[in-house]
Amino acid sequence: MSLSTDDTPASGGTRTVEIDSHTINFGPQHPAAHGVLRLILEMQGEVVERADPHIGLLHRGTEKLIEHKTYLQALPYFDRLDYVAPMAQEHCFALATEKLLGIQAPLRAQYIRVLFAEISRVLNHILNITTYALDVGATTPSLWGFEQREVLLEFYDATSGSHYHANYFRPGGVAKDLPAGLTDRISAWAEQFPTFVDDIERLLTGNRIFKQRTVDIGIMTAEEAMAWGFTGPCIRASGCAWDLRRSQPYEIYDQLDFEIPVGSHGDCYERYLVRIAEMRESHKIIKQCLAQMPSGPIKVADSKIAPPKRAEMKRSMEALIHHFKLYSEGYHVPEGSTYTAVEAPKGEFGVYLVADGTNRPYRCKIRAPGFAHLQAMEKLSKGHMLADAVSVIGSLDIVFGEIDR
Amino acid sequence: MAENDTAVAPAEPPPPPTPEQALLAAVLASLPGGVVLDSQIARGAEVEIRIRREALHATMLMLRDDPRFAFELCVDVCGVDWPTRAERFDVVYHLLSMALNHRIRVIVATDAATPVASICDIWPSATWFERETWDMYGVVFDGQPDLRRILTDYGFEGHPLRKDFPLTGFVEVRYDPERQAVVYEPVKLTQEFRNFDFLSPWEGMTTLPGDEKVHLNRITRE
Repeated sequence: MSLSTDDTPASGGTRTVEIDSHTINFGPQHPAAHGVLRLILEMQGEVVERADPHIGLLHRGTEKLIEHKTYLQALPYFDRLDYVAPMAQEHCFALATEKLLGIQAPLRAQYIRVLFAEISRVLNHILNITTYALDVGATTPSLWGFEQREVLLEFYDATSGSHYHANYFRPGGVAKDLPAGLTDRISAWAEQFPTFVDDIERLLTGNRIFKQRTVDIGIMTAEEAMAWGFTGPCIRASGCAWDLRRSQPYEIYDQLDFEIPVGSHGDCYERYLVRIAEMRESHKIIKQCLAQMPSGPIKVADSKIAPPKRAEMKRSMEALIHHFKLYSEGYHVPEGSTYTAVEAPKGEFGVYLVADGTNRPYRCKIRAPGFAHLQAMEKLSKGHMLADAVSVIGSLDIVFGEIDR
Repeated sequence: MAENDTAVAPAEPPPPPTPEQALLAAVLASLPGGVVLDSQIARGAEVEIRIRREALHATMLMLRDDPRFAFELCVDVCGVDWPTRAERFDVVYHLLSMALNHRIRVIVATDAATPVASICDIWPSATWFERETWDMYGVVFDGQPDLRRILTDYGFEGHPLRKDFPLTGFVEVRYDPERQAVVYEPVKLTQEFRNFDFLSPWEGMTTLPGDEKVHLNRITRE
């Protein structure tokens, strides 16, 4: 804070103290910055005048790296974008590649993908809601939430061999079938999950402090939200019933029964409410997937795209050659371009993939929902208090892996 | 003659246009002649138009405000580099209409010196996307008040997603314990960067004398 005093005799002995607006550097090492956000805040006293997010501190050149990798090698980079819900990103790239190749995953693979996409959504919303609550002062939800996340990450582990960086959804299907007994474990988890959501809601939804920190903070009308490129829970909280799973369905979403929760006010509190409701809907989808999942192949039969089984490789020369060619050269994708989007937990996650007929993407632009959301930071926090800027960041669900790429 | 006419089975009515075909036809009809250079519906699902750079702003305004199109969202803006072309950069815009549930892809071409009109006054969300395109490709946006770099380091030089920018970059950063500071140095590779060319020499080589027939056959077969 800088004070400029005006002591000229002309002012008749009265002292005028003028408080300048001053600038605060919020982050990049700040627990409420959700990663490496550097936010330059220009303040007028305690009120935010301007907010200028500086991003890119986690920029790893994913798009450039993908241009130098085969399609199969490019896939793991997508786990590392939004590392809170890795499989949702893989889903998008797998679908985009499949579109260019002109193939479709078998039905069982589609069910497995939707099952894990929804598990990812629950993973994401648990982390967002609980850390958001932590930002505005509630510690308990995050302790409870991480217990649930751990169980879900073990499902990731069981099926892909890794807690986070799953590399599980492949163009043409999934990497391997679900291990024996996993569906029963997921069912057992699904039995107790609604109780957990009820508990979280009991802690937060009616909580006086939580509501004081979030209600009427960072309001976005539907028109503004569209102009700022909002998608996902953030635009649904503003009253647009827009969900790619319903309006532009992919995989088997058109055969599943679920609701699209919509808010009306578009403030931080409603973004929280929408996420809570979405967890319940995801729970419904998970149960339907488990009940309806057919048996059958989990990747396309085309051995030029899907690698052979391990056992087959021991006996068949052809399978061995296919395996070698797939993991060294990879498959060549016909020339063309596609923009494919999925409803990731944070919003519309899109991939603009340009193929030039070789085994590598010519261009792979990743459209991350958080990028557009963070851009509206100034719009959302202007005129609010400094502490409210923290609520806004929490409610936008910012993860820097996907924003910085 | 009349008998012949009756004998001919009535031609099947053409199938009704898909929503994508209808959208493309309407867009083409409402743009002045010469604006659209090329258009296609990729795999019957994705509407794509390539327009003249000068007409970009007016076209985008029309696409947002015309109730038949109502593209309320600018989902994405990105660049693509084609170094062999005279105008080497494509700037690709993805628009989405939530009310009418359709998408369109608009492409304009430019080079490193020629600015493209900014559309941040039409959709505020375009600002960061344009900043990113500037940062990654060096495409200049005319009318963009905030054309700073966004993803690269403070003081970064060059445009990393250009095809002639090496994957390893030019500078590397490390912490120097003696100087107790972060230092920037030219990249030193302990091993030469390996970039395999997976095009089969038999298929990739199209200039061998005497092989013309083989290549001709392959192309027609495909």
